[in-house]
Amino acid sequence: MAKNEEDFSANLAGEDGQSEESKSSWFKRIKKGILTTTSEKKETPEGLWAKCPECNYISTVTELKENLFVCPKCNYHHRIGSSEYFDIIFDNGEHNVMFENIRSKDFLHFTDLKPYQKRLEETWKKTDLTDSIRVASGKVDGEDFIIACMDFEFIGGSLGSVMGERISRAVDYAIEHKTPLMIICKSGGARMMESAFSLMQLAKVSGKLSQLTDAKIPYISFLTDPSFGGISASFGMLGDLNIAEPGALIGFAGPRVIKETIKKDLPEGFQRSEFLLEHGFLDFIIDRKALKERLSTLLVLFKG
Amino acid sequence: MPDNKNRQFLDFEKPVKEIFDEIEKLKQTEEKTKVDLSDSIKKLEDQVIEKRKNITSNLTAWQKVQLSRHPDRPYTLKYIQKMTTNFVELFGDRNVKDDKAIVGGFAQIEGETVMLIGHQKGINTKMRQLRNFGMANPEGYRKALRLMKLAEKFNKPIVTLIDTPGAYPGMEAEERGQGEAIARNIYEMMRLKVPVICVIIGEGASGGALGIGVGDRIFMLENSWYTVISPENCSSILWRSWEMKEKAAEELKLTSDYMHKFGLVDTIVPEPLGGAHWNYDEAANNLKNQIIATLRELEQIPAEDRINQRIEKFSKMGFWDEVAS
Repeated sequence: MAKNEEDFSANLAGEDGQSEESKSSWFKRIKKGILTTTSEKKETPEGLWAKCPECNYISTVTELKENLFVCPKCNYHHRIGSSEYFDIIFDNGEHNVMFENIRSKDFLHFTDLKPYQKRLEETWKKTDLTDSIRVASGKVDGEDFIIACMDFEFIGGSLGSVMGERISRAVDYAIEHKTPLMIICKSGGARMMESAFSLMQLAKVSGKLSQLTDAKIPYISFLTDPSFGGISASFGMLGDLNIAEPGALIGFAGPRVIKETIKKDLPEGFQRSEFLLEHGFLDFIIDRKALKERLSTLLVLFKG
Repeated sequence: MPDNKNRQFLDFEKPVKEIFDEIEKLKQTEEKTKVDLSDSIKKLEDQVIEKRKNITSNLTAWQKVQLSRHPDRPYTLKYIQKMTTNFVELFGDRNVKDDKAIVGGFAQIEGETVMLIGHQKGINTKMRQLRNFGMANPEGYRKALRLMKLAEKFNKPIVTLIDTPGAYPGMEAEERGQGEAIARNIYEMMRLKVPVICVIIGEGASGGALGIGVGDRIFMLENSWYTVISPENCSSILWRSWEMKEKAAEELKLTSDYMHKFGLVDTIVPEPLGGAHWNYDEAANNLKNQIIATLRELEQIPAEDRINQRIEKFSKMGFWDEVAS
């Protein structure tokens, strides 16, 4: 697993959160994972290379994409966004994105290093995303399925009012259409610029999920790297099935905070998917390449 | 409650301390000289009241955070002692251990049996460590849920008292599923068939607070705070520095007046002049009256409606724009 400890909470600040040192050294990976959006990738010129942050294996981006952004050599799962997951899971990649008209606003006039409103506008401009989660319906081997998938690229995948509301509407849609729901988690935690409102989304979504329970509709929580804070303290751990990608960091408190609290180094593999499986908090770990087939089997099992 | 000699004072409470020192001096003089100084003492005592009022009417957000952490502030067991009779504390999560950072048990408020559960902080250095500064581990949340289910079984209402700087960020907490424990509580509290009242009595930080914080009515004590993260940690993440906690507290709008204005809490429970630490009886009595009145109201609602209203209440929380698509 990655030896370089990454401080993903920095992404919640909307900045890259990198030290000066890592910025100035050349040929050093500044951010983990593939951050180029799918729309840009279509233009990929031949000969563009990607290096695995885990084993340093160098492949072409095209090769990596064909391998679902999993390192061909060491099976490291690169971070990908909602477009990639929708492409991988839905039949022929066909899907219908919903609730994109729900947008964040700076209700509290929150200013840290810059005003929240400005941060939002910059992020909208920089990405082709409207917020940190996208909801889509489509089919998996012919079966209806709804996915709400987080985008880490949008303020660290942070949990704010828009994520809460989009998931809530996804739950309503799932109940109305009697369709199973999966949330793909990839987030550093709460969106602090929304203060207590972001905290209340934990309760809001949990309440909605209890309605899904009453309607007896399956809910799968799929945890990917990283899934922290409010995510794990609510819907991330409330799946009928909790599943994860290999090697994903998952937890309540971030590794940096724990390290500062206990003043000791954390053991290898701490808070990784395999650790959670061992401690009984996951149903199973699934490789990205086997994901669709497994989901398809599960949908059959729930239905039959 | 500490007597006036043993009181501890925050920086902005110093003006009160100065008057106390004067009173003490006059009392000593009175004793030595046998001259009646009661008039002067009475005058100074009136000034104390006036000062207490002034101090709390002009506090910054950060000062209110400090007040919520006042070393003399009453904690959960103190409120239980002052508000109830026949309290029987119940221990353990029936799985791993008993978490001392969360306490709970049955008691009676005005003759009605209620399940009381709350974070507990220590009153001195040794007890603070034992109570882990009010930072619970997963077994604390699981004990709380066990007690809530017990209350539900016997159709007794639940009152939770929240006072935590956050759930404990330790290695063992992660191993035993801190996230899962809090998530499970939030989910199950949403569906409890009995009335649930949650009260932020001091600090209300993050999932650690919400883990016993889902109910039909949410109260905040006047000088408590409630938000997604402590101002210190917010400063460290968003400003990349520990120095911006005052600013973070301001920006988070975490005080009871804001929280009430935002509709995230239902009721602000008034505290004695200068804060709850000035008069435990008065603080507990204010809370008790509010709990009794609210329970009467909630008990009129059929259980199923109450659950639906609870889900509806939290479903409405959040702010967003809906743009033309």
